[in-house]
Amino acid sequence: MLLPVYLGLLHRSEQSLAHSFRQVADGHAAEPDVLHLCRTLAGQCDAHAEALAPIIDRYGEQADDEPDRLHAVALGSVRSGPLGLLRDLQDLYLLASLVDITWTLVKQAGLGLRDEELLGIVADCDAETGVQLSWLRTRMKQAAPQALVVAS
Amino acid sequence: MPDRIADIWGQRTPFARDELWPVRRDQKLAEGLTDADVERWVQSACTLCSNGCACDIAVKDGRMVGVRGRAVDTVNHGRLGPKGLFGSWQGMQGADRLTRPLIRVGEELVETDWDTAMGRIVERSRQLLAEKGPLSHGFYTSGQLFLEEYYALAIIGKAGLGTPHMDGNTRLCTATAAAAMKESFGSDGQPGSYEDIDSCDAIVLYGHNMAETQTVLWMRVLDRLAGPDRPLVVCIDPRETEVARVADVHLPVRPGTNLALMNGLVRELLVHGWVDEDYLAAHTIGLEELRATVEQWTPEAVVRTCGVEADDVRRAAEIIGTSERVLSTVLQGFYQASQATASACQVNNLHLLRGMLGRPGCGVLQMNGQPTAQNARETGADGDLPGFRNWENPEHIAELAALWGVDVDRIPHWSPPTHAMQIFRYAEQGSIEFLWVSATNPAVSMPQAGRIRGILGRPELFLVVQDLYLTETALLADVVLPAAGWGEKQGAFTNVNRTVHLSDKAVEPPGEARSDLDIFLDYGRRMDFRRNDGTPLLDWAGPEDGFRAWQECTRGRLCDYTGLSYERLRGGSGIPWPCNDEHPDGTVRLYGDAVFPTALDRAETYGHDLLTGATVGATAYSAMRVDGRALLKPAPYAPPHEGPDAEYPLQYTTGRTVYQFHTRTRTGRARQLQAAAPSAWAEISRHDASLLGIAEGDLIRVSSRRGEIVVPARVGDIRPGTVFAPFHYGYWEQNRSGPGEHPTAANELTATEWDPVSKQPLFKVAAVRVEKVADGTGPAPAPTTAASRPATPGDVPPTVGGRDAEAREEATGEAPPRAGRPAEVS
Repeated sequence: MLLPVYLGLLHRSEQSLAHSFRQVADGHAAEPDVLHLCRTLAGQCDAHAEALAPIIDRYGEQADDEPDRLHAVALGSVRSGPLGLLRDLQDLYLLASLVDITWTLVKQAGLGLRDEELLGIVADCDAETGVQLSWLRTRMKQAAPQALVVAS
Repeated sequence: MPDRIADIWGQRTPFARDELWPVRRDQKLAEGLTDADVERWVQSACTLCSNGCACDIAVKDGRMVGVRGRAVDTVNHGRLGPKGLFGSWQGMQGADRLTRPLIRVGEELVETDWDTAMGRIVERSRQLLAEKGPLSHGFYTSGQLFLEEYYALAIIGKAGLGTPHMDGNTRLCTATAAAAMKESFGSDGQPGSYEDIDSCDAIVLYGHNMAETQTVLWMRVLDRLAGPDRPLVVCIDPRETEVARVADVHLPVRPGTNLALMNGLVRELLVHGWVDEDYLAAHTIGLEELRATVEQWTPEAVVRTCGVEADDVRRAAEIIGTSERVLSTVLQGFYQASQATASACQVNNLHLLRGMLGRPGCGVLQMNGQPTAQNARETGADGDLPGFRNWENPEHIAELAALWGVDVDRIPHWSPPTHAMQIFRYAEQGSIEFLWVSATNPAVSMPQAGRIRGILGRPELFLVVQDLYLTETALLADVVLPAAGWGEKQGAFTNVNRTVHLSDKAVEPPGEARSDLDIFLDYGRRMDFRRNDGTPLLDWAGPEDGFRAWQECTRGRLCDYTGLSYERLRGGSGIPWPCNDEHPDGTVRLYGDAVFPTALDRAETYGHDLLTGATVGATAYSAMRVDGRALLKPAPYAPPHEGPDAEYPLQYTTGRTVYQFHTRTRTGRARQLQAAAPSAWAEISRHDASLLGIAEGDLIRVSSRRGEIVVPARVGDIRPGTVFAPFHYGYWEQNRSGPGEHPTAANELTATEWDPVSKQPLFKVAAVRVEKVADGTGPAPAPTTAASRPATPGDVPPTVGGRDAEAREEATGEAPPRAGRPAEVS
């Protein structure tokens, strides 16, 4: 069974996303909504990673032997200014999208396994990931015209 | 005659449930004048709080010389509060009114003529449009202009320039009221009526110090409390307000934890089955998510987080859950605090759970702070679209484009209009270079005042300020425009419970001052804004043209004004909208039929996630099939982002005192009001005072991570661990935009943070420390008559107004008016 590969991927991705939300929060602290919401959402990601613990206990967590072609690593550093904010939020969006589709695929496995506990955890966590994506889209759409048309 | 400084609420006129509130005629004339001296009485309504008390202005020799309440009006039944009696007319007539435009020459503001001032504005505006486009322009307006003025501004911004950067100081006072109603009911629009006070069995005040913020509404409550079948009162407020004093249950909630308490109250209703199952099934969606969200908030959990008593939580819930008719009112204690929209939505949810909307005594009043805030919201001058239209609904935008004769794409609708805090951020970053501020004073009233003054003072920012007096903000302007105000111009406005009043012109404005409408129309003409057919975008000759244009904009919308006219608003009572062919005498309560404007084509919003503010979007909203039902929206509690710690161990909250309004632009120039609350103070509890070695009147320094104030201490009845400062006291008397030796503005300390949904700043959650600076020379200048009263009354002389503050009060026994009936004319 190769579900442990995906559990590992999900676990690491949530940890990367949590770390990245915190980086963006601190790096764009002059935008108070970004500061506070990114911290809140980082907390959600921590909780998601923890929520996986009983599932990982059961099935294990396994590194992927396949070489990563598209790297999904945490943000190394943040940019500055209106365009930098937009780019950083967009990076978060890519990471959160990876998390989101990984939850979806783990859910598919859970359905195949008829694992009610796993499905319950997926339902709680993936809904929050969905809201994270919605918030990032909302915030980026608001910021884009000013950042791309007027700011310099 | 009673001293209405000492006796804020005047004599009682008790009445019983379902009776009409008796008439009491209140009147104040200038020293030495009698009724016989008054040449004319001119109809208006008071603009010194959100209540909207109808009044007549006394005129003699071309000056306003007094005011009287209108007995025929359903809002106030003849009464006026201290601010109305003393501040409304005197506040307009300070010796230092602006009478000529000013322009900046180097460090100085110098007098000039209108042509030069407007020419300079238009030149800068045109230059920026050519270089950078409309997103370089921002507008920050008020909750105190008239409806027609806001609508003109909205058209100029959205169809003339095409900028989304327009908001009002309503963002600071009332944005959460609108947001909560939109999230729960699909649209802004007050469900309840003041008349619900007459019929309720319980009244619950959520962060609403009604006794000081809406004194005349509180008189109505006091008269019920003095009547034969007293309603129960629940008060949620960290201060020992007058409301708390008469309450059956007072929950002195720890600042920043409102949502935990609300989740607990909702849980109690669900656990005890105090819900209307049939109503919920037929008229709401979201019950299961609501239930899951509040599950953990047992009374004991609420106690741990909110610092209130478990029995009080249970008793409050029982009153809310079992009283036959419950009225709820909500204001800044909720709106200016953490998780504001989610907390205010829980109040709506309590009413939805019990099916208590649209019937006498069963109202929700999501209050406003300012007299015309409702109009700023309706007309789209404050971050909404006109007529409660939805920026995400292309058909709504097309309707506006048709009304204004411009292309759809001229109107910015790619995102919601930019909220005030973001407008100031863009100005800070330099992408907004033109900012026009009308009838508000952000240098004192916005959070983290030092930062705001820095933005307003940026040399790169072209700042236009339009006001009555040279405010702290005006001192930083490039162009200052002298505005005509209340009693000097004509226009309509709408109060908290949707009642529309006409305010006629009583006197000429001083010097060259012009109405805000005239100024906006002049800018529109000079900018040569045109419709697609080549005719001028704004061809109004005056306010009545504006009112008619506005009526067309509201046709078929919830805020339908089509049945009103200036003529209909003269002589009788104000009339609550919707007023149209179907409801020719207006509408007292909304949602009696439990049909909510949530259908896809009606909704003002498709909603937000209450924790983050993420938009739901049309597709997901459509899939929810809300279809005329209300939404039970919850959010999980999250602790405030700045709690007390070792460095800043106390919690800080700000608010108003009964005698002043905003930054005292008008009330500070009415001698009775100014004498009653002349200068700044801060309130601390007896407990904290004794720990810190502070006595009444000692000079203290209150500091936060943003700044400090140095003011006398009032040792009062506030919740231990909490510090309160009134937000009225800036620096205009010293002719300064910011502090000198002794900073006094409460917002020196507040943080830049806002609610994720309503974008309302948090004025009531910050961490501070307090230290004594010097011994006092006497008691603090805080009034003794309301929430700022001293803990040990004997030590402080009582606040009185003396002969100068005497006003006539006459309980006449005449038949009181009733809303929604054909008006009696007088």
